[in-house]
Amino acid sequence: MNKILIISEHNGSELSNSTAKCVSCAIETGGSVHILVLAADAADIAAQAAALNGVDEVISINHPNYSHAMAATLAPEIAAVGADYSHVYGPSSTYGRDLMPRVAALLGVNQVADIMTVKGSRSFQRPVYAGNAIIDVSVAEEMTVVATIRLASWAAASGGNNATISSRETTAEMPTHSRFIDLKTEGGDLPDLQSAKRVISGGRGLGSEENFKIIYALASKLGAGVGASRAAVDAGYVPNDMQVGQTGKIISPDLYMAFGISGAIQHITGIKDAGTIVAINKDAEAPIFEVADIGLVGDLFTVIPEIEAAI
Amino acid sequence: MKILVGIKRVIDFNVRVRVKPDGSGVDLDGAKMSINPFDEIALEEALRLREAGKASEVIVISIGPNACQQQLRTGLAMGADRAIQVDTEEKLQPLAAARVFLALVEKEQPGLVIVGKQAIDDDNSQTGQMLAALWNRPQATFASEVVLEDQVARVTREVDAGLETIEIDLPAVITTDLRLNEPRFVKLPDIMKAKRKPLEVIPLADLAITNDNKLTIDHYAPPASREKGIMVDSAEALVAELKNRGLL
Ligand SMILES: Cc1cc2nc3c(=O)[nH]c(=O)nc-3n(C[C@H](O)[C@H](O)[C@H](O)COP(=O)(O)OP(=O)(O)OC[C@H]3O[C@@H](n4cnc5c(N)ncnc54)[C@H](O)[C@@H]3O)c2cc1C
Ligand SMILES: Nc1ncnc2c1ncn2[C@@H]1O[C@H](COP(=O)(O)O)[C@@H](O)[C@H]1O
Repeated sequence: MNKILIISEHNGSELSNSTAKCVSCAIETGGSVHILVLAADAADIAAQAAALNGVDEVISINHPNYSHAMAATLAPEIAAVGADYSHVYGPSSTYGRDLMPRVAALLGVNQVADIMTVKGSRSFQRPVYAGNAIIDVSVAEEMTVVATIRLASWAAASGGNNATISSRETTAEMPTHSRFIDLKTEGGDLPDLQSAKRVISGGRGLGSEENFKIIYALASKLGAGVGASRAAVDAGYVPNDMQVGQTGKIISPDLYMAFGISGAIQHITGIKDAGTIVAINKDAEAPIFEVADIGLVGDLFTVIPEIEAAI
Repeated sequence: MKILVGIKRVIDFNVRVRVKPDGSGVDLDGAKMSINPFDEIALEEALRLREAGKASEVIVISIGPNACQQQLRTGLAMGADRAIQVDTEEKLQPLAAARVFLALVEKEQPGLVIVGKQAIDDDNSQTGQMLAALWNRPQATFASEVVLEDQVARVTREVDAGLETIEIDLPAVITTDLRLNEPRFVKLPDIMKAKRKPLEVIPLADLAITNDNKLTIDHYAPPASREKGIMVDSAEALVAELKNRGLL
């Protein structure tokens, strides 16, 4: 039978929603499902993990060096624990993308990146070429399946469970060559892009950091998260963590509204899973209209106040 | 200090990729091929470090068939000192690519290896991390700023929560994000000069790496297409439509 180990993602006190999404993928894969929590103080996080339906056991390991998630520090322990499993899953967030290939290499296997669908317990679908092609990938019996889960493809597992929690000690050697210095978060109180039901995005068409205020204002009216194109991030209108697309965040809100975004393929990759895509652009030929469910040709600076007045 | 830079030959990011009707792959026939955009950034960073006196030699490496020499020549024209093509017709998966890099690391003893955060063909985003694991050295992925001092690199990384800064001891592996720098343009005289720079070809077999535990990739399909949308002609009509669909 499959034994699936999920590597939890957390911020030191709270379990990330991405872990619940990994659980859904693990349930679909089939087998027993365990979650590994590595933290400076793992108790609270382990309890949150144990509450997820479908989880059979939570393994928690405390160590002061786990106070910041560093791949080089975490990977040896994960590989040691993971050696007893048929599958080791992590989220396809920047955390998982940094960490999981390091784990895979220690286990001597290639990693399956960005699982979208499970076709069998060792065969999956994943996107390549910025989502322009979907491939079938299968993993031979003798190999551990090490994979990241594409977050936009999976719903979070529900809560209410009470799985057993077991504590262990670290066994692997910990390197001293990598040190955390600091983390600057700029997003403020806006809803998290990856879980927001509505996302309002702005592109180069906004023209300045100052002008972006109208996007924030509309977003706060709608309780929406705020995203941006790469051009808007590069121009310094907004911080990098707002970038949506192939090299930014892949999101799946119910409603996505793009203002002043042309619709480059790398941007579209990030929003293909949205329920409804709305595009406002003053250029009727902009490629974003090819993927939009509802399009409006117009100047965003006049359209936004009109939308606000109409809601 | 030497810096090794990975240069993967990939379909140009501007080309619209189409899946072949028989599902055997994507249609690359006659498509424009380029240096993976993240690798251009990797090379630019290495060149800047050399120009700042922090590195002595920049070596570009490509694993693939002879056609890769085109991208290596471009790398030499950008300013790399020499190039290595690891010659193989087979498309190596990240673990094998990382083993190739490790073999070259053992040979060249670099202080830094800089690769892209992902190759835009397979979007794997694994090779750098795997090399760091096999080499048992630090990794700083998704870098948007690199500051080198003595034997330490201070790297700012683009992560979901914002910008994280870490410090790593050299030698180490860095993978690049888009905002690390803007690669320079190649000038015509540099293209001429690049022709005389050394480009070594090493058959993959000479490196004696194990190429096992491959994933089986057996079918390519186009992504699910979205239904054709509608156009509205005013903000009022847009809001009405959204309310109609229960989205507002
Ligand atoms: C390897 C690689 C990875 C990339 N990854 C990403 C990624 O993850 N995410 C991403 O977004 N991009 C990414 N890009 C960049 C991408 O190719 C585009 O350059 C970028 O998305 C363009 O941003 P934009 O649409 O805001 O700007 P532009 O293409 O300049 O479009 C601006 C649009 O605004 C419209 N406009 C201007 N003024 C107004 C107005 N007053 N009212 C209404 N409309 C107006 C214009 O008509 C135009 O369509 C990547 C590129 C590469 C090479
Ligand atoms: N065949 C290759 N030749 C040269 N560099 C490569 C090759 N494969 C991967 N790399 C490097 O590793 C990075 C990440 O690739 P990947 O893990 O495939 O997404 C790329 O941006 C390159 O710098």
